[in-house]
Amino acid sequence: MHAIEKILARASGQKSISTGQILNCRVDLAEVNDLYPQTIFSFQEMGGKKVHSPDKITFILDHYAPASSIQQAENQKLMREFCRDQGIDLLFDVDSGVCHQVMVDNGLVYPGMILIATDSHTTTHGAFGAFGTGVGATDLAVIMATGHLWLRVPEIIRINLSGILQTGVYAKDVILHIIGKLGADYALYKGVEFSGTTIRDWSISERMALCNMTTEMGAKAAYIQPDQVTLDFLSDKVTKEFDIVETDDDFQYAEELFFDVSPIPPQLAVPQSVDNVLPLTELIGTPVHQAYLGSCTGGRAEDIGVAARILNGKKVNPNTRLIVVPASKQVYLDSLHQGDVEKLVKAGATFVTPGCAACLGTHEGILAAGEVCIASTNRNFPGRMGHVQSSVYLGSPAAVAAAALTGKITDPSEILKLLGQEKS
Amino acid sequence: MKTIMEGKAFVFGNNLDTDQIYPGQYLELARTADIKEHAMEGADPGLVALFQPGDIIVGGTNFGCGSSREHAAIALKAIGAGAILAESFARIFYRNAVNLGVPVLVSPGISNLVKQDDILKINIETGEAQNLSSKKDLDVQSLSDYVLDILRRGGIKPLVKRQLREQQN
Ligand code: SF4
Repeated sequence: MHAIEKILARASGQKSISTGQILNCRVDLAEVNDLYPQTIFSFQEMGGKKVHSPDKITFILDHYAPASSIQQAENQKLMREFCRDQGIDLLFDVDSGVCHQVMVDNGLVYPGMILIATDSHTTTHGAFGAFGTGVGATDLAVIMATGHLWLRVPEIIRINLSGILQTGVYAKDVILHIIGKLGADYALYKGVEFSGTTIRDWSISERMALCNMTTEMGAKAAYIQPDQVTLDFLSDKVTKEFDIVETDDDFQYAEELFFDVSPIPPQLAVPQSVDNVLPLTELIGTPVHQAYLGSCTGGRAEDIGVAARILNGKKVNPNTRLIVVPASKQVYLDSLHQGDVEKLVKAGATFVTPGCAACLGTHEGILAAGEVCIASTNRNFPGRMGHVQSSVYLGSPAAVAAAALTGKITDPSEILKLLGQEKS
Repeated sequence: MKTIMEGKAFVFGNNLDTDQIYPGQYLELARTADIKEHAMEGADPGLVALFQPGDIIVGGTNFGCGSSREHAAIALKAIGAGAILAESFARIFYRNAVNLGVPVLVSPGISNLVKQDDILKINIETGEAQNLSSKKDLDVQSLSDYVLDILRRGGIKPLVKRQLREQQN
């Protein structure tokens, strides 16, 4: 059996399971974000009175943090009141940040768990060997009512990564390259495991970016076998006991793919789909009105760090604007301590409260008709960050910072080489 | 559940994402009546005015990809979509639609067999389907018993409601 199958089997009390089987699984943590008051309405429509396990439910107010309309404020108020009435202590209010980072920072994510959230990028938590998947409001309400959710056992594919990244190339470039090759529906309904020598050296931040983006190839869940890097990262965060499951040697993957990352140059996903990927060098010189650094994909301290390195002592180009959104309060604090916030503010960056901000086109940095944005986020669908006639290029945090510096798409590896610094 | 659906086809392409089915700027709306007004606004702003209850949405591959927003499925249910047929569906959209009681059916090859405004007839239980305008049969994959059971009860809410009531007694 695969580790993912073992996790699902354990959660459903079965010894052996098979691909395609539908299981009723006990959920270890269910997360609701502030886009989904329907979760509460659905719970009530089902006749729910008391939630099943208040300690296994968390509400995170991130998409509208802080509220910028009366309706948003009403939705958040409803959630605060629901948490209070239901004895749900894990309420993270508008000071906290994007749900995926907040849960990790607060030690709620650990290997082998089943984590279900009302957010499609819950695949992120495969970076810790957790089974994380996104659902809609009604599914989440079912968990609040019963503690369980039906899940179909997915086919599992393995993507092996070998080789060493060039300067200026990151996990984001690798996953964009892969999605560009395989397509936005390649992994529909499937589990995607990453393995190989490359990721052994990768930080948790890079692993999270990798797993996060599997959503954009349709994946149900991602998985990286926990190792020493994982355990070191979790050691001062997670207090719960967990055990790590491993895939049996004789497990047959539905498919196995191999990528050598060494020749991959910086990549960009070009409007208007995530699988429309080109080497960044083919787009050099494209004018950029807004450079956006943030989100659950590319808003961590390492990401802000590379931007600070590129912009230290320089100025954001007058033809563009740089919006920086730390993924969480902890990320913000880390970046402050490292001096990166100061470098970026002096360079002309606009800092926004930790949260989703303009990533989904609702507030704090949305685009006008005809504007072009380069973003370290994960989606470039029509209208995703504002007007339907705006366009979004997706790239690494370094590519975002490089564009902020020059006002147009620019190769970050050139700048980093000039700085004579090895990327971290 | 109504078993036989007959209605006009509204046809869309591949990778139609939930931002197009229901644009992000309206996510704060929570009432079905308000959500309904913006169904498909990102892909076809004129659809709501033309769509009749029972009409059928036809998509290409990966229909409903992107954000987990249930608004997308709520909006299509609210305008009265009789069924949604596509080459393939993104998984969260699929779950959301089933949970709300909207039949979602995988139909390989449908993109080439249906044009805008064709009249389609589908039997949800058996998977038999025809394009009445072109007189061609459509290949529709049958639903799993689990999914069919949810649809027969009008969605997952009535199902869980009964479960909770039984537990309380
Ligand atoms: S940062 Fe963007 S992708 Fe991540 S949860 Fe928020 S809106 Fe979704």
